[in-house]
Amino acid sequence: MHPGGAVLQGKMNRIYFDNNATTPLAPEVFDAMCPYMVEDFGNASSIHWYGQRAKAGAEKAREQVAKLLNARPSEIVFTSGGTESDNAAILGIVGAARADRRHVVTTAIEHPAVLSTAKALERHGISVTFVRVGSSGVVDPADVAAAIRPETVLISVMHANNELGTIQPLEHIGQIARERDIYFHADAVQSAGKIPLDVQKLGVDLLSLSAHKLNGPKGVGALYVRKGTILRTLMHGGHHERDRRPGTENVAGIVGLGAAADAAVGNLADESGRVAGLRDKLEAGILTHVPYVAMNGDRAHRVPNTTNLTFGYLEGEGFVIAMDLRGIACSTGSACSSGSLEPSHVLTAIGLRPEQARASIRFSLGRFNTSEEVDATLQILPAVVEQLRAVSPHYHAPTTAGKR
Amino acid sequence: MSIAVAMSGGVDSSTVAALLAGNNSAIASGSAPEVVGLTMQLWNQRRLPQLLGAEAGEGGHASGRCCSLDDVYDARAVASFLNIPYYVINLEEQFETAVVRPFVDAYLAGETPIPCSRCNTEIKFAQFLTTARQIGAERIATGHYARIRRDAQRGRYRLLRGVDRTKDQAYFLFGLTQEQLAHSEFPLGEMTKQEVRAVARARGLPVAEKPESQEICFVPTGSYRQFIDAYLGEQQRRPEPVAGEVVSTDGRVLAGHTGIQNFTVGQRKGLGAATGAPLYVISIDPAKNRVVVGDDCELFRRIFRVRDVNWIRPHSPGESMEAHVKIRHNHPGAAARVEAHEAGEAVVEFHEPQRAITPGQAAVFYDGDEVIGGGWISKIL
Repeated sequence: MHPGGAVLQGKMNRIYFDNNATTPLAPEVFDAMCPYMVEDFGNASSIHWYGQRAKAGAEKAREQVAKLLNARPSEIVFTSGGTESDNAAILGIVGAARADRRHVVTTAIEHPAVLSTAKALERHGISVTFVRVGSSGVVDPADVAAAIRPETVLISVMHANNELGTIQPLEHIGQIARERDIYFHADAVQSAGKIPLDVQKLGVDLLSLSAHKLNGPKGVGALYVRKGTILRTLMHGGHHERDRRPGTENVAGIVGLGAAADAAVGNLADESGRVAGLRDKLEAGILTHVPYVAMNGDRAHRVPNTTNLTFGYLEGEGFVIAMDLRGIACSTGSACSSGSLEPSHVLTAIGLRPEQARASIRFSLGRFNTSEEVDATLQILPAVVEQLRAVSPHYHAPTTAGKR
Repeated sequence: MSIAVAMSGGVDSSTVAALLAGNNSAIASGSAPEVVGLTMQLWNQRRLPQLLGAEAGEGGHASGRCCSLDDVYDARAVASFLNIPYYVINLEEQFETAVVRPFVDAYLAGETPIPCSRCNTEIKFAQFLTTARQIGAERIATGHYARIRRDAQRGRYRLLRGVDRTKDQAYFLFGLTQEQLAHSEFPLGEMTKQEVRAVARARGLPVAEKPESQEICFVPTGSYRQFIDAYLGEQQRRPEPVAGEVVSTDGRVLAGHTGIQNFTVGQRKGLGAATGAPLYVISIDPAKNRVVVGDDCELFRRIFRVRDVNWIRPHSPGESMEAHVKIRHNHPGAAARVEAHEAGEAVVEFHEPQRAITPGQAAVFYDGDEVIGGGWISKIL
């Protein structure tokens, strides 16, 4: 066996700090799913016993998800994940709207699932306003209000930003939407399981979430649709999900989402404090022991698990690889845009220059991280940064930091 | 970690990875790995979709060229097969700046450039080496058929062509600095292509039977003219078609043309002029926007100037030497006198006239198997 093999075979003690990309499946979620992949394999639409077993599993999950959101079970539509939920909400509202309501308001820091959908709308003659954010990474509700026009049909704002972790003032925006009689959609993929979610308080009509971001399985998500909201469906098929989403239900996945939602409801109070403690320890350790590091986004208004740091004189891509070779997983920006030439649209939206955006690293923690892992990372990270900076052509004049 | 392998997804670099991974049979100690595979993402083939027509498969992406998705899949499959860590690094921006733009600009200036040498000097042995060192690799290895020797007496590195005479890739490496040579390894330098295939087969590499790609990697159709046109269109730099003249060597106007970038020295077809005898492009005059054509025998010239010379074996201005000089990758080379000049220039004087000495191509000077240096052909004297 050669040393490379050890890495791939996982013998190195690996540390996973990329929970905003995806999370490991929780053991209780796995246990809940297993029967629906084996004995309870029925089609949830079938009349017989098998079908009824599957249906019961899915309906229990619907209640669990509804409870996480403070919604009614009938308002939960299961989908294939966050991207489908976002598409179904945005295209669904615009598709069902009156012909004179052809304007959408969203923000410049949305996930590509919303941003690309909004840009697709533009190509079909719908006008879209992308509200900008300041260096805090938090959108100002007054800017959202100012973007509204008589023909505005939908406001779509994410709850927590995937790269910065910043929490958007949805309650306030929800009030504005209600007063102006405009549909309000929130992409809550990055907040679900991290902070409390209450669709009544937030004032949303539609809300997207994804199971694999809260220790559930990949390939399943949900869309909350407030009672009375009329959507045009994306796909055509059978009468599943009350005619809102055709296709045989992914019962095992749905059960997994339900179990993950249930665990989140139970653990949230304790977990968010614990994870915030780890995140703060990691962040403070880096800021103390590594020179030329700056934190991005509003420190007070962010989910407990995320920190985004710009390392001066650093190639982000090289850093992520160097860390991975030492067994620590973190990321530059979001996994959905890695490999692309463009620097992160979120980081440039908060005013970072392209080279600063490329030197920015996201650490996102989760339920299975420990204090020992933070300590081990703080042992390794300063030397990795030094190794990269030593090769950087710019790292000879530290006194000019910030003026580059 | 000691070495990073530049993996293109082809059989050569995959075999390099296999050879190096096989050398590291020590028991894992939980420390960082010894070999890591890296693929450089240099150009996005989907960027100029109009070029994909002929090559596009069902999914609409080019296949069988460097940086196609298939090549990344192949490289990843080999790394996975060898059980070495593997990453794709994005160098598209640097590649466009250092290779693609100069390539297009050279054509617009009437030259016939060869992008691979610049890619080696500016990307593979510069940016790539930097990234490799950043992630903790002390050295890089590539699948070039060339050899590096350390001259202990002078404390310098020498560059030799590979033992496979049919695969002289030292030609493309004349621009390497001592620093770059010191950190590079060419494990295929002592092997023939047949031996490399045999190793790939014996190891069961998934790319062992993959065919060779001969084209310029970022030109998916093999037509550089289509590429230049599409790229200039995307950049909104497409020049107004400037009608120019095709003239004979004695100054007679024979026809018109729509742009000097469509011509290359030695070209016979598509000249739009006929005089009975076969005509060839003898030279291109960008200042007058003229293409000069004539007999085959007029293509044979002896003396030319070279710019941006890199001396791997140092030479001072005024020094001159006998060398074997190649003016194209597939040129067999011929005996010449090379004189080093100031400002990185040199003048080459072949003992026998050579056909189609072409501005923009690389002239590389050899002493036997050793590359003494080389530069870019700038002017026929």
